Amino acid sequence: MQVTSSVREPLVTGGKSYHDVTNDVARHVEAKPNIRWFLAFLTSAGVLALGSIAVIATLWEGIGMWGLNKTVGWAWDITNFVWWVGIGHAGTLISAVLLLFRQKWRTSINRAAEAMTIFAVICAAMFPVLHMGRPWLGAYWALPLPNVFGSLWVNFNSPLLWDVFAISTYFSVSLVFWYIGLIPDFATIRDRATGLRKIIYGALSFGWDGAAKSWSRYESVSLILAGLATPLVLSVHTIVSFDFATSVIPGWHTTIFPPYFVAGAIFSGFAMVLTLMIVTRKVYSLEDYITIGHIELMNIVIIITGSIVGIAYITEFFMAWYSGVEAEQYAFMNRMFGPYWWAYWSMMTCNVISPQLFWIKKIRTSIVATFILSIVVNIGMWFERFVIIVTSLHRDYLPSSWAMFYPTWADVGIYLFTFGLFFTLFFLFAKFFPVINMAEVKAVLKSSSDKVNK
Amino acid sequence: MKENKKTYWKGLEQLSNDPEFVKKAEGEFPELPSVVNEDGSSTRRDFLKVMGFSLAAASLAACEAPVRKMIPYVNKPVDINPSIPNYYASTYSTGGDYASIVVKTREGRPIKIDGNDLSPINKGKVNAIVEASVLSLYDKERLAVPYSGGQPSDWKTVDAQAKSALASAGAVKVVSNTIISPSTLKAIQQLADGNGNVELIMYDPLSNYGITKAAETYYGSAVLPSYSFDKAKTIVSFGADFLGSWISPIEFARQYAQTRKISKEKPEMSRHYQFESNLSLAGANADYRTPIRASQSGLAVLALYNAIAKKAGAATVSAPAVEVAHLEKAATDLWASKNASLVISGSNDPNVQVVINAINEMLGSNGTTVDFANPAYYRKGDDAKMNQFVTDLNAGKVGGVIFYNCNPVYDFARGAEIAAGLAKTKVTISTNGTLDETSSLVQIVAPDHHFLESWNDFEPKKGHFSLAQPTITPLFDTRQAQESFLVWAGDSTTYYDFLQNNWQGDVFAQVETGGTFQQFWDQTLYNGVLAISSTTSALAPVGNVSAAASAVSSDYSADNTSAELVVYTKIGIGNGTYANNPWLQEMSDPISKATWDNYLTVSQKWATDNGVTMYEGETSKASISVNGKSLIIPIMIQPGQAEGTFGLAVGYGRTKAGRVANGVGVNAYELLDSSKGFVNFDITSGVEVSATGDSYRIARTQTHQTFMGRENVIQESVLSEYQKDASAGRYHPKIYKEGEFVKPSKISLWSGHQYSQHHWGLAIDMNSCIGCSACSIACQVENNVAVVGKQEVLNRREMAWIRIDRYYSSDAPADDLKAMEVAASNPEVTFQPMMCQQCNNAPCETVCPVAATTHSSEGLNQMTYNRCIGTRYCANNCPYKVRRFNWFKYHDNKDFAGVNVAQNDDLGKMVLNPDVTVRARGVMEKCSMCVQRIQAGKLEAKREKRKVQDGDINVACAVACPTDALVFGDMNDTSSNLYKLLKIKEDTTSALKEVNEERAYHVLEEINVSPNVWYFTKIRNKDLNEA
Repeated sequence: MQVTSSVREPLVTGGKSYHDVTNDVARHVEAKPNIRWFLAFLTSAGVLALGSIAVIATLWEGIGMWGLNKTVGWAWDITNFVWWVGIGHAGTLISAVLLLFRQKWRTSINRAAEAMTIFAVICAAMFPVLHMGRPWLGAYWALPLPNVFGSLWVNFNSPLLWDVFAISTYFSVSLVFWYIGLIPDFATIRDRATGLRKIIYGALSFGWDGAAKSWSRYESVSLILAGLATPLVLSVHTIVSFDFATSVIPGWHTTIFPPYFVAGAIFSGFAMVLTLMIVTRKVYSLEDYITIGHIELMNIVIIITGSIVGIAYITEFFMAWYSGVEAEQYAFMNRMFGPYWWAYWSMMTCNVISPQLFWIKKIRTSIVATFILSIVVNIGMWFERFVIIVTSLHRDYLPSSWAMFYPTWADVGIYLFTFGLFFTLFFLFAKFFPVINMAEVKAVLKSSSDKVNK
Repeated sequence: MKENKKTYWKGLEQLSNDPEFVKKAEGEFPELPSVVNEDGSSTRRDFLKVMGFSLAAASLAACEAPVRKMIPYVNKPVDINPSIPNYYASTYSTGGDYASIVVKTREGRPIKIDGNDLSPINKGKVNAIVEASVLSLYDKERLAVPYSGGQPSDWKTVDAQAKSALASAGAVKVVSNTIISPSTLKAIQQLADGNGNVELIMYDPLSNYGITKAAETYYGSAVLPSYSFDKAKTIVSFGADFLGSWISPIEFARQYAQTRKISKEKPEMSRHYQFESNLSLAGANADYRTPIRASQSGLAVLALYNAIAKKAGAATVSAPAVEVAHLEKAATDLWASKNASLVISGSNDPNVQVVINAINEMLGSNGTTVDFANPAYYRKGDDAKMNQFVTDLNAGKVGGVIFYNCNPVYDFARGAEIAAGLAKTKVTISTNGTLDETSSLVQIVAPDHHFLESWNDFEPKKGHFSLAQPTITPLFDTRQAQESFLVWAGDSTTYYDFLQNNWQGDVFAQVETGGTFQQFWDQTLYNGVLAISSTTSALAPVGNVSAAASAVSSDYSADNTSAELVVYTKIGIGNGTYANNPWLQEMSDPISKATWDNYLTVSQKWATDNGVTMYEGETSKASISVNGKSLIIPIMIQPGQAEGTFGLAVGYGRTKAGRVANGVGVNAYELLDSSKGFVNFDITSGVEVSATGDSYRIARTQTHQTFMGRENVIQESVLSEYQKDASAGRYHPKIYKEGEFVKPSKISLWSGHQYSQHHWGLAIDMNSCIGCSACSIACQVENNVAVVGKQEVLNRREMAWIRIDRYYSSDAPADDLKAMEVAASNPEVTFQPMMCQQCNNAPCETVCPVAATTHSSEGLNQMTYNRCIGTRYCANNCPYKVRRFNWFKYHDNKDFAGVNVAQNDDLGKMVLNPDVTVRARGVMEKCSMCVQRIQAGKLEAKREKRKVQDGDINVACAVACPTDALVFGDMNDTSSNLYKLLKIKEDTTSALKEVNEERAYHVLEEINVSPNVWYFTKIRNKDLNEA
């Protein structure tokens, strides 16, 4: 099974030994948190606290705190929801799909990518709850729970309900997958630790003994979970897209949405992974593990998915014209030239034009350019959801109801809240969990290329 | 089984009846030690029991809803049954505005006003103000006690003061708006008789003195004629908004609509020309509307006179030439429909009205469409007398003044002078119910009852009588004003007796009933109205037109270039009397779609020239100065506004109306000109307008003005086309399927509903709908719809369940989407009432995750508020955007207490309909097609063991509609009006009814949501080339 290629570039550079790998990764967990980490953590916790004001205000006063109105019933809430869910796609794609395809380069990034997935899904899940008028009831009424109200069930026809299932399944599977992967690494840390830390990591590692049988089971479970998770990568955003695709609103009612959303999700997810990994690798000096090669490969995924998204945009336009449906045609003209033209053109620039720059090898392998473009892509993807949601709703069928949406401080605040939450969780992860899957990296350390076997 | 008579003993102790055993025998475990200590104190077990119980009780109590006290009747009133409404016929009258009404009361509280079907005048119809007036009853700012010298007092003190003061005051004037109550006039006469020097002066905020004065000049009788729009084939109106605010709009709208309804059986309709400066409601409904300057209006009337005179062979008058489009055409049509033509003018200039009279005389309208012999008494105001009064007041010639339910300090052109003059008067009394601009300046306020607490009688037209009866015990220590007059005149009869005596003496004598007076009285009270017919012959002219014509020639000018201000009246706020009513403040104006404001309407050209733009209500302010008085007002760019003219509505700018109206808008009455002896609403000189550049936001419920050429929304045609093909103007979308184009309803994912019992539906005739918005307020009252205030309307969150979409036409080519957003400079206007369409394939129902909105077995899309978690997905997916979300808690919330009075203070809550839930924060709501009425109607039928018949149930909007534009019914019932109106093909219980009426269409038919609401195409009586 293990094939050692004599021509490929090594996946891990710097001639690392197994011990080096352990040291390089575990030392960050074992060392005292440094000032930089504290600053970063406190900043994100501060943003979280600040954003909580908006959350509390919304829960206390009502959804009226947001800029929504009779015509535009969703705006930033669902935009953010879809955006975060989309970001949450990269982790599973990297860990599950690439595992099935035996893409070994994934090993040094899958841990962080999966963590990012889980945190992004947590952030995303905030919105379906927060956007409800009565979350204190909706939080459990949206679940198909047996009840004493007679045969009162949820509406299985509703795409929102499908969302509940899709997101919760995705979250559970991702969480289990991530945690299973963490167990051998926790055990490694446990074995190096003493005192309280030993107890904590001991508990977290579920008594991992490193026996051959354990490894065998570990591999099997990983493979099974990968098999389970792979369809989820496609299904989650497909179902999210059904929220729009099954509706009657021009600009939403489109059969192209499922593939278009999935591609967009992977696109934004990889961009977010890049943003985070470029920082992490620098801060933690992990350049030997997350190499330019990794970055280049991810950039290639971005070109592909970005191009798919671009084609989807153009196809939508073509279909609007070809359908002969007046409202549909207007919806698309309105996107380009209506009051929200700036959102549309931001989306086009960021999502369709900017990733094409990665065709140029110099840009594709430039850390700085990649970092900037990865952020640009996510800005573009946020606008994509905003364009789909707001510009479709604000001018639909009856011109009498056409309206504008203007965000309020609470809209911004809740978005900030999820940023605070995401980074707080991520920094906690970066400090207390091994950011690179040591066990799996060790597995590819010697096997991927002859060049390291000096 | 054989009875077992054996006895078993528990032991020897029982057999021997041991006293120790007997003592313990009751216990569950007699052998155990007693649970009560010997000394009577509690044991450990007791402690645990008590604690357990308390804990359980405390936690159970915590689960319980807070206790709301309800006091049952000790002795139940005979006719009040909890949850069963009672209806009383009564009368609404404020000033000369009149409507015969039926008041619905629940548990003794009036909660809804409907029109009285028996009234020949308003025939069961009302308008927004009448609908909303019930809320004013529960206004906590009404005076609860009489006031003297600005301090609360009591009736004894006030009466003593008033009596002695009036006796020594000298000349006393009773100032009032038009009084159409014969008994009130008698009561005032009684006061005059008692005091000697008392004069009644009537004025009207919306004066029609010009008409009565002209009638005096021309026919020798200073009256307002009765108009019959229903008999008119050609209607020409010079600035008279007879559908919105002119004299008796409910009556006129109802009459007008009869001439506008068309069908295959009657493919004819009246033709309506409107020449005006502001775009009025009547203008919006006109077939031909010509914007003219107010300064030209007199000359336009003269030009019409000359055109008709030429045709009639009568002498023409000399008049400066004026270029007015469609005037010649109007003359031709008027002449062609001679004896069935009607020309009216909204001008208050008696000279213009004389010319109008002369035109109608030539057209044979006198006695047919205009009847001076059977006058209406809606307006008796005499501007000349009122002007004289103000002058006298300031000259100190008035000893005492009594303001009878009027507010001239606010609503008379010279209000400021009245305010100043009051100081020079010895005695000042007011009967106004609140401390308004006038009553806050007087010495004694003797507050009148609200009209729903009062007895009264009315004679709105010659031979038409109606009664008002109290529908609730007076809420406060107020007293009927008429009774105050009687008391001050030294008469101790109650007004009720006084009223009955008058009727016995005056009215009963005129009718032959064969019964006793009591029978007659009871019957009249039950009916609410009484018509006494008398034969009269038309009045013949006694004056002539030449003097008036030459005055008009010199007073008006064909080429005025300076700015002109035309003061108008909005249908919602009216003359401002009810300005403190939040329902009316938040009612979207049918034309501008604005709420909570008045504004300067400017033409699009002026806006372009002055760099003023308006987007999403964001506008700027203008400064207007009229002969020295200046105001700062927001600008409303109004398509259809005549170039060079500006419009401003009265009824705003109240300073002492109450918490709702104070500070809303500016007072336009101040700008009116009374220098010519009449109150002039058209100010054609001395007007200067300039944009200040300060920005301002006007809260509009609709900010997009045109329908973007969307035929799936608005389908319209012209009469000649309709006569050729009844489906003219219809748009038939077809969808390609398997080689052919089919109707959208032929393609569906759904198997379709079956409605075995009822299938409720609604038909809306866009030809009849005049946009008046009475339906909207009726719905608000019936369904406890919240008022959200200006800021929330700005946030586009008004709650109206039924709205009137108003679309302007655009001149732009169909492919220029940007240009199509701009209305034409003189647009055609279409009104489209829009409410939940109760779709059979409802997009909202499928998307709700918790099944809070579901389909009923009778075709209704029903909303379960309790189940709603507020995802708003349904609202997003509603193609008609009729769903309304409770963004905040609107009830019992101090943030909304100032506007949503009906759901916040205890008094205001009395108006709520107990059959309809007040919605909580975070839930979605929408039109339920008055499901509470449907249920009540079905229950009633069931109780009577019969089927529901057509007419048993009607929805609030359709009941209120003065033009019967909305028709509700059961589409499964072959005998229903709706069934016949839609010409439903066969008796089927399927949700998909095949409708054969050519004009009927579904809005957005192509998406096949299959609504149960049908619209009828708008047909204009225009020439094809001009449509």
